Amino acid sequence: MTEGEDGNATHVTTPILSGVPMSEPASVPRATALREIHEKAGATLVDFAGWLMPLRYGSETAEHRAVREAAGLFDLSHMGEIRLSGPQAAEALDHALVGHLSKVKVGRARYTMITDADGGVLDDLIVYRLGEHEYLVVANAANAPVVSAALAERAGGFDVEVSDESADYALIAIQGPRAVEILAPLTDADLDAIRYYAGYEHTVAGQPVLLARTGYTGEDGFEIFVRPAAEAPRVWEALMAAGADHGLVPAGLSARDTLRMEAGMPLYGQELTAELTPFDAGLGRVVKFDKDGDFVGRAALEKASRTARARRLIGLVGRGRRPLRGGQEVQRDGVTVGTITSGAPSPTLGRPIAMAYVDGDLDTATGAFTVDVRGRGEAVDVVELPFYQRQS
Amino acid sequence: MSVPTELGYTAKHEWVVVKDGIATVGITAFAAESLGDIVYVELPEAGTEVTAGQTCGEVESTKSVSDVYSPVSGEVVEVNGALEDAPETINTAPFEDGWLFRARLSEEPTGLLSAEEYTKLTEGEE
Repeated sequence: MTEGEDGNATHVTTPILSGVPMSEPASVPRATALREIHEKAGATLVDFAGWLMPLRYGSETAEHRAVREAAGLFDLSHMGEIRLSGPQAAEALDHALVGHLSKVKVGRARYTMITDADGGVLDDLIVYRLGEHEYLVVANAANAPVVSAALAERAGGFDVEVSDESADYALIAIQGPRAVEILAPLTDADLDAIRYYAGYEHTVAGQPVLLARTGYTGEDGFEIFVRPAAEAPRVWEALMAAGADHGLVPAGLSARDTLRMEAGMPLYGQELTAELTPFDAGLGRVVKFDKDGDFVGRAALEKASRTARARRLIGLVGRGRRPLRGGQEVQRDGVTVGTITSGAPSPTLGRPIAMAYVDGDLDTATGAFTVDVRGRGEAVDVVELPFYQRQS
Repeated sequence: MSVPTELGYTAKHEWVVVKDGIATVGITAFAAESLGDIVYVELPEAGTEVTAGQTCGEVESTKSVSDVYSPVSGEVVEVNGALEDAPETINTAPFEDGWLFRARLSEEPTGLLSAEEYTKLTEGEE
């Protein structure tokens, strides 16, 4: 038996992780501060965007379910953290990104994007406003150097300092319906007062951290930015101990990917690429034209906002059990109409799910939809995204 | 990792046991553990001919698609239909209830590895 590549006819010998460019692996992947903990926990470690990251600890399906039903702990230290500080930090970000970051209140966060001059997405970001003149931009691991360089360049005319602090930070996420009760005894924060997409300086297990109510799983939860990264093992162990009686388990990137897919969340490299504008991805709402001054990509994005979309992101649910995978073609009455960007077996639905780009004007209400899985048409239903939404 | 001594193995992580001219075929615990949670299997239908060393099915996990190579040549006489609804049985019992198919041998299998040889091979891959 040989392990094959997701979806495509050519076979490779590594497991499939979506979201990473298919380039030569870095000679030696970087380890996070939590590597020894992962190894002790029996994790399968893989090279992800040049980082040695836990793919899963045991059963990735069990990890996924734990996050939906109790809580999971993730090491996300591969993510990039870029700080902007200075009197014109807000103006610089308004110019560099598509969002209206000067309008964000201190202590709040925004989901936003950075595009090139043509409106092509360079990365999707979460930006935390730490102070009147201070922001933390969180970028995807593979894109962090590009984002950091672009921010430094675009901040050129502003009174602001841009520093890539990715190496200083470890990032731990606790996600799931029991995250609050597990975290509460370990922090000085009143967790009920931290709204979704808010983040403040607090302590966790005595360690000063940025504690934010954000995540990428479709569940309630927190992201804990630990600096220096060397303190992360202590914070991790404290959380694991506090969660022992609450069903907390360590969860790897495999579960993270199926969780975000169920929640209909895009992943850079899959649903988002430099060839697509935020409007193509159905995320035009992140582009704020009503802010002062020009911003990189404005002219191209204004045009994109007025023209009919060339493609549209839809959800697919397989009628059978065979998993749907990125790269597979979507057909309507036997005619190819699009391509899957991400697909996986959904533990929550118990069926294969996928996100796919189809022609913008495609009628999805009628016709028989299939996905070409290595030459065989698998029947699928077109559904609204997300596949899963928590009851709040 | 368990490697039962009474079975024969291939370098591609299948196991086989022959009784009265009928071979039972599965994938090893090492393979199942490496792949992660198995969510789908595609098996040869009863009545089809399989050839040693040729692909005869697929095993899919959350994150991978893998070909299954037949360790034997012969006619498939039975497939493990229970795997259709419970493919995770391959993870929980790869050498027992997780078997894939049975084939009537058209020739004696050759080149199979012993448990000891297979164990050495997997130690090199870990």
